[in-house]
Amino acid sequence: MILGNVWLHLHPPKMRRHAVRIKFTWCMGGITFLLFLVTLVTGVVLMFYYRPTGEYAYYDLKYLMHDVPFGAVVRNMHRWAAHSMVITVMLHMFRVFMTGSYKPPREFNWVVGILLITFTLLLSFTGYLLPWDQLAIWAITVASNMARATPLLGHEGPFAAQLGIGSRYDARSIMLAGTIVAPATLLRFYVLHCIVIPIAAAMLMILHFWRIRKDGGISGPL
Amino acid sequence: MASEAATAQSNPVKRPPPKKKKERILGLPPDRLSDDHIWTRRDFFSLTGWAMFLGSLSVGGIGFLRFMFPRVLFEPDPTFKAGFPNEYPPGTVSEKYIPSQRVWIANLPEEGGLVAISAICTHLGCTPRWLASEEKYKCPCHGSGFTKEGINFEGPAPRPLERWKIGLAEDGQILIDKSKKYLSEKGEWGKPGSYLPV
Ligand code: FES
Repeated sequence: MILGNVWLHLHPPKMRRHAVRIKFTWCMGGITFLLFLVTLVTGVVLMFYYRPTGEYAYYDLKYLMHDVPFGAVVRNMHRWAAHSMVITVMLHMFRVFMTGSYKPPREFNWVVGILLITFTLLLSFTGYLLPWDQLAIWAITVASNMARATPLLGHEGPFAAQLGIGSRYDARSIMLAGTIVAPATLLRFYVLHCIVIPIAAAMLMILHFWRIRKDGGISGPL
Repeated sequence: MASEAATAQSNPVKRPPPKKKKERILGLPPDRLSDDHIWTRRDFFSLTGWAMFLGSLSVGGIGFLRFMFPRVLFEPDPTFKAGFPNEYPPGTVSEKYIPSQRVWIANLPEEGGLVAISAICTHLGCTPRWLASEEKYKCPCHGSGFTKEGINFEGPAPRPLERWKIGLAEDGQILIDKSKKYLSEKGEWGKPGSYLPV
């Protein structure tokens, strides 16, 4: 139980010399994780003031930005860490690809990484709606309209007519909790943004870091 | 010597039959095992257990999926009354119901009369603006332009603006129903309900 504990495996007992060379890893995975921790902590702090309802969300954001001490700092840290995380996770993926680190025995961890980049983008997407301003509402309108065209699941996509899928029950309406971006959508995105996706991503991150060690540590230079 | 060679040769014959694994799993003496069952009792129970586990999980999953589609939506009523037909002179596009309903009411004699044009850009759903001096609808998001009739002629919009169902209520007012749409690309613009003869 103790020896198998994942926390004891986060830091390896020994490292190979190349693995600490900045030029090899760019430290991108580590920076991504650090940024994730920043968004996690600042996100929890923001939750003390933010109410995910149509009447309050926008005014709570204004309150945070203009009245709450350090509110603007915390909110901007959350925002910039989130933006940066999308960039660093892509650079990390690029590095892993260019050094061939996706090859066996690390192919499983590459797949975990693909899921992680997906969750990163979903966090970004769901967080976009929460300010509840015009930009947020129209951005989510535009993005969710693309889901109308999902094959088999969207009401304007391939096979929708054959399967009898209407706009009331399809991939877009499950996302929006209705047929338009409305307060119900805000609540749904909030739960996904603060609970579902972070927990899923954190569990996959634990798996990701544990697999690095299981697969023989950070890969060597080609 | 001869006997030794004989034992060496008879050894493979004496090898126990390959039932060993079964004995070990069940922990039962061989005489209580019978070979004419495909499944042992343990197989049966463990498969039943898995079936129950996965079964209840999928029932719960389907229930959750249904849970995510509420029966009642708190959304604006798709139908609304838009005044009397004589409020819209021929050849005009009215922006009166843009803020509340996102609909232009246009009186276009060459289209058969009054039409209710949806102010939802067919590119990705922003609200275009009616530019009266240029006689076109122009989308601020990515620059799509539509003629007075709603035909896309510039920018990324892939198809003409949609039209809503238009008719008359009992009191003689125009009744617009935004739950039924008429698409030009499906040849639906001439259909009854897509325009109101005046
Ligand atoms: S949404 Fe109108 S041009 Fe893109």
